[in-house]
Amino acid sequence: MLDDKRLRTDATISGVYGVDRKTWISLPIFVGGVSAGFPSPAEDYTDQKLDLNELLIKNQAATFFVRVDGDSMINAGIHHDDILVVDRSRQAVSSDIVIAVLDGELTVKRLVRDAHCGRLVAENPDYPSIEISKENGCEIWGVVTSVVHQF
Amino acid sequence: MSVVFALVDCNNFYVSCERLFKPDLRGRPVVVLSNNDGCIIARSNEAKKLGIGMGEPFFKKKAFLQQQGVQVFSSNYALYGDLSHRVMSILQQLEPEVEIYSIDEAFIRLPVQHDRTMTECALNLKERVGRCVGIPVSVGMGRTKTLAKIATSVAKEYPGYQGVFDLERCPDQEAVLATVKVNKVWGIGGRSTKKLNRQGVFTALDLKNSDGRRIRTVLGLPGLRAVMELRGESCIHLEQCPSARKSIVSSRSFRKPITSLQDLKEAVSSYISIAASKLRDQGLAAANLHVFLSTSRFRTDIPQFSGSRMITLPQATSCTPTLIKAGLRELTALYKPGYPYNKAGIMFTGLSHATMQQQNLFISAGDIRNKPLMEALDRINDYWGRDTLRYGSSGLAREWSMKQVWKSPAYTTSWTELPMVGTHQVKG
Repeated sequence: MLDDKRLRTDATISGVYGVDRKTWISLPIFVGGVSAGFPSPAEDYTDQKLDLNELLIKNQAATFFVRVDGDSMINAGIHHDDILVVDRSRQAVSSDIVIAVLDGELTVKRLVRDAHCGRLVAENPDYPSIEISKENGCEIWGVVTSVVHQF
Repeated sequence: MSVVFALVDCNNFYVSCERLFKPDLRGRPVVVLSNNDGCIIARSNEAKKLGIGMGEPFFKKKAFLQQQGVQVFSSNYALYGDLSHRVMSILQQLEPEVEIYSIDEAFIRLPVQHDRTMTECALNLKERVGRCVGIPVSVGMGRTKTLAKIATSVAKEYPGYQGVFDLERCPDQEAVLATVKVNKVWGIGGRSTKKLNRQGVFTALDLKNSDGRRIRTVLGLPGLRAVMELRGESCIHLEQCPSARKSIVSSRSFRKPITSLQDLKEAVSSYISIAASKLRDQGLAAANLHVFLSTSRFRTDIPQFSGSRMITLPQATSCTPTLIKAGLRELTALYKPGYPYNKAGIMFTGLSHATMQQQNLFISAGDIRNKPLMEALDRINDYWGRDTLRYGSSGLAREWSMKQVWKSPAYTTSWTELPMVGTHQVKG
């Protein structure tokens, strides 16, 4: 029954299924208990837990994390070693911070577009802007939606 | 309302995964090797053009690949599995009827509507997957799954179609089928092809025009089904919910043959740990545990042994120590000294959802006690990478572990291996 495509999936992945993986499932909790006296004033507020994924990730399948190497975006609050949340499903518009492909490498820059052309601008005066052109093979890889900076 | 099937197939999937975080590899020849760096299992179009065949042993081609500047990768299933899952979720977001057929293929049942052309719909699927996940796909459409599969190969082969081909609206379907060799038809394997060739059937068109009864006597029911499907009568339906998986397997070939029971115990413990974390990840528990062990089939000069044992556990479980204990007992019973083993593995069957387990009054206490431990173990290994914490029985030196010399980082599944985005320096 097996055809070669299935065999190719190999023993390490013995099946691939469309399961929705949640890192956290928020369940309403009841903390008021049974009380003969006054009800707890907190009771009305306990029906939800907060999940950071919900805040940072809009389209899970299109969201990737990347780590920053260098300080070219320091004035945008992006430090060396920070983690960026990148949404590939978003259409990049002018002034978005984007991940771009430049000379075959992934790089983070601010996209600035006017009527004529687009530029990739660093948020650090030590780094020059780069004109987007067919010649340098520059293309937008994804839009940065958040930065995770851990102390 | 009539329907068509679309087959979405990721182009050279493993290679595309490797290229996603290394854009400099675009346009360059790339190959991916099987477990243990044994043979070539994926090739970029550039590598195909160099005449590198599917399944060729790596050691035979090593010098040639080096000389041609081909980039070589060991397989990175953590990455491929994650990206596959993303591709499939995008498809499921766009269409309600999706069957995940393999790691890189999905069938979609599309109702034919007048307000959209099917080609537009397919182009939209392709564009969305490309944009959201960065994996290029081809889409073929036909009235049956078998025809959709043929359409996909046409879409891939001729660049003019932009990766989308609709066999249903093709003016001369028969001319297309005449170009497809019969062994490329879904479900027709090597042995069937020989039988068909003897009957004068060489192409998909020949098979379509064959007498169904005659084909049935030659190939049985699957053969008749292929004929019907080629004629546009759908016999293979969409399997949307493989409700629960039937089994989980973890097995490998060893880098070099091993003979000692202790080394085998380490390997088997490690496979059980990997598979048990998969069980827990999907909220499943296993009722049966199989252990298998074999020497190399290809070494006719050495004594051969191959065997397997199965144990039905007192209660379905996903608890690593319980499973390891049972697995090692089976392995010890199976083991025969003096043979150079080259492969061992384990399989879980009788899978059920952990919440629906039959409770056994006398056994369950251990599992319940271990539950927080298992959760902590999975969390730590998810964060720091597989094997950060492991059971002592799986060994520390790992004589038997896989050879993966050219593996790329687990870009999307380990916090410590994320892709780096740099500070671009202007060159020149």
